Amino acid sequence: MFKFIISRAALVIPTFLGITFLSFFLIRLVPGDPIEVRVGERGITPERLAMLREQLGLDQPLWVQFASYVGDILSGNFGTSLVTKNPVLLEFLELFPATVELSVCAILFAVILGLPAGVMAASRRGSFWDHTVMGVSLGGYSMPIFWWALLLILLFSVSLGWTPVSGRLSVMYYVEPVTGFMLIDTLLSDEPGAFRSAVHHLVLPSVVLGTIPLAVIARMTRSSMLEVLGEDYIRTARAKGLSAGRIVGLHALRNAMIPVVTVIGLQVGTLLGGAILTETIFSWPGIGKWLIESINRRDYPVLQGGVLLVATLVIVVNLIVDLLYGILNPRIRHGR
Amino acid sequence: MYGAAMGLALAAGAIAPAQAQGSKTLVYCSEGSPENFNPQINTTGTTFDATQPVYNRLAEFERGTTNVIPGLAERWEVSDEGKTYTFFLRKGVKWHSSREFKPTRDFNADDVLFSFSRMWKKDHPYHNVSGGEYDYFNDMGMADLLESIDRVDDYTVRFKLKRPEAPFIANMAMMFASILSAEYADFQMKKGTPEKLDQEPIGTGPFTFVNYQKDAQIRYRANDQYFRGREKLDNLVFSITSDASVAYQKLKAGECHVMPYPNPADLASMRTDPNINLMSQEGLNVGYLAFNVTKKPFDDKRVRKALNMAIDKKAIIEAVYQGAGVAAHNPIPPTIWSYNKETKAYPYDPDQAKKLLAEAGLANGFETDLWAMPVKRPYNPNAQRIAELVQADLAKLGIKANIVSYEWGEYRKRAQQGEHMMAQLGWTGDNGDPDNFLNVLLGCDAARAGGSNIAKWCNQPFNDLVTKARQSSDKAERTKLYEQAQAIFVEEAPWFAIAHSVSFKPVRKEVVDFKISPFGRHEFHGVDLKR
Repeated sequence: MFKFIISRAALVIPTFLGITFLSFFLIRLVPGDPIEVRVGERGITPERLAMLREQLGLDQPLWVQFASYVGDILSGNFGTSLVTKNPVLLEFLELFPATVELSVCAILFAVILGLPAGVMAASRRGSFWDHTVMGVSLGGYSMPIFWWALLLILLFSVSLGWTPVSGRLSVMYYVEPVTGFMLIDTLLSDEPGAFRSAVHHLVLPSVVLGTIPLAVIARMTRSSMLEVLGEDYIRTARAKGLSAGRIVGLHALRNAMIPVVTVIGLQVGTLLGGAILTETIFSWPGIGKWLIESINRRDYPVLQGGVLLVATLVIVVNLIVDLLYGILNPRIRHGR
Repeated sequence: MYGAAMGLALAAGAIAPAQAQGSKTLVYCSEGSPENFNPQINTTGTTFDATQPVYNRLAEFERGTTNVIPGLAERWEVSDEGKTYTFFLRKGVKWHSSREFKPTRDFNADDVLFSFSRMWKKDHPYHNVSGGEYDYFNDMGMADLLESIDRVDDYTVRFKLKRPEAPFIANMAMMFASILSAEYADFQMKKGTPEKLDQEPIGTGPFTFVNYQKDAQIRYRANDQYFRGREKLDNLVFSITSDASVAYQKLKAGECHVMPYPNPADLASMRTDPNINLMSQEGLNVGYLAFNVTKKPFDDKRVRKALNMAIDKKAIIEAVYQGAGVAAHNPIPPTIWSYNKETKAYPYDPDQAKKLLAEAGLANGFETDLWAMPVKRPYNPNAQRIAELVQADLAKLGIKANIVSYEWGEYRKRAQQGEHMMAQLGWTGDNGDPDNFLNVLLGCDAARAGGSNIAKWCNQPFNDLVTKARQSSDKAERTKLYEQAQAIFVEEAPWFAIAHSVSFKPVRKEVVDFKISPFGRHEFHGVDLKR
């Protein structure tokens, strides 16, 4: 196992290098540098432009800028935002809990609904339920996030008034950030009603962000279950007279879970990508909104640092998923 | 049914707590996060909106107008030659306090000196804090204009200028000229955290800063000791909502009271919403198509006039601005004092245009470029579409206009270099002074390569009038001079002036006395909420 972790971790190094390289150069391909973007109609004198470029280090050749960036990263320095002048890591840590909270709720929503739906569809193959689950999940998968979110807001927030339109907490409460996770912070605070408000605010964004993973998980669970249910040992279990529930829940599901866990792991990347849109629509103060803003403002350090930190997270989650296989299925012994 | 009732109760519960305690909280769905809380070091409207409640300036703009009124200075005197401005400061103005900072003195001349020296003097200990970029201070030419700033006594400050400059007072009312506390700056410097001066603001303004959560909200509380009297609102909250459609839904659901920049597509339903008052005002801006007079055939006035008659402006306003713009013919918007009401717009008259072209020896038309900005601007919602309409109108006269566009920074740079023949651009006023349009956009100084006069039009009589007006502090005299300058502009036709856009502000009906700022700011002092 240890050897496996080491070999997987070694594979991560080129991935990191690639991401560092891409995030650095891609944003620089976008026309307009940070100074020109903020200048507007007024324009800027060449002297002042030169002075500002020098101040920000933008006058250096690209490879010098890249080398100094990589050097900084290796010493744990992710740079300082060109716009707010705050350290990138500090801003990331301030906003990241909001994204994690939303992503966790979204994936919980997707797993809690998606797994049973997939199992039900597989165990009643060809039935009305099977067709419904498959139809709805195809719809969910194809749904543009933006449109889906606005639709839900119109129905649940504006027409029915059940949920708030956007934000993380009603403006009438102020909760001092302790952990950055609103559900925890509101519980720790002595503001009555704040926790309930935080839960209400989480509902719609979680549903929106969880819709695509839900569809993927339901479909994956179904096909994986169908495969497993056709295996000899399931027939044996049936022949032994085990109940259908026991066969599906105990014998089939555990083996069907391997591809499903892989998909859930891969969905973390999708979730963080989807979070960018979802956070923008729901004014959710997470890293998605932060990254979008950094592109608009050509805030190079924020974008580079943010992308690298997010990529790290996706890599780590996928590494964990790899390790989970072994726990789920003893036959997959790593390194063999 | 029960669920719906329960849901409504929960949604209402979001607003209820504060009202139950009898306090008035206005929620503004602002469009983004401020860079920080110091208007000296920023240029974005978002940051100006977020700092407006906290700070005051020596002179200020009267709410909803471009009139300059006394602020932290009770009054000022201008010397006869127009180069010395003496400000007499208000006494007894209290600074806000925060958890960590308690002011020991009232506002005085030291604060004025600190605020301007920081921007002006490169060796000032605060000059390089938070990036050390003072774009507006520099862009308004303050660094070159100031000769000295002296503290005469605790409540008198004297600004000496290198040359007479009438718009100076209007500049002093701009956000970059906000006054910060010198004592608080010292306090932060001694603590080793000077950048906190720009992040946790202490001001003299109508609202005290309470806290800020990035991308989520900014909270303010009414300043009990405000020198103009306590505000009617108790709390002000900026709920950061970057998507305009979502902000509109929040407005409908009562989660916010005011939103800044509605989508044009939502305007129709806002008009019919019984809970929303859709306010509108002509913006302090102008969108135009400049003819480069240094290039043939635009060096010929007849050609410029012909094009002014060949393009159907009404069609552009209807198709592109869709009710959110008024046709322009003067270079300044009607909201600015000295707007010349006597000048006449060129009629849409393709036949007359043809005659003028024939007189100029271009009966068969000619070929030109036609630049269109790649971005949406407040004064021009769709430059590409306008270019297409202009192209079609010109084609009728045999003029072949090729549409050109570049990335925005590149576009501006090339246009200011004068590389184009015809280019669209526009301007949003900074200080409500006519000089800020006429001199900046049409003066001879700005006609140099790289200058903001992209028609590269340098007309001596026009320039003399504008320069004279700039140096006079007599408003009546300035008005006359600017009116004459506009008449010359219309006659010489260096631009096809397109439109002044109209800005819309949807406000909930319970909001009382909100006024649209001509500068595009969102100001909440003087605003109340009906119970």
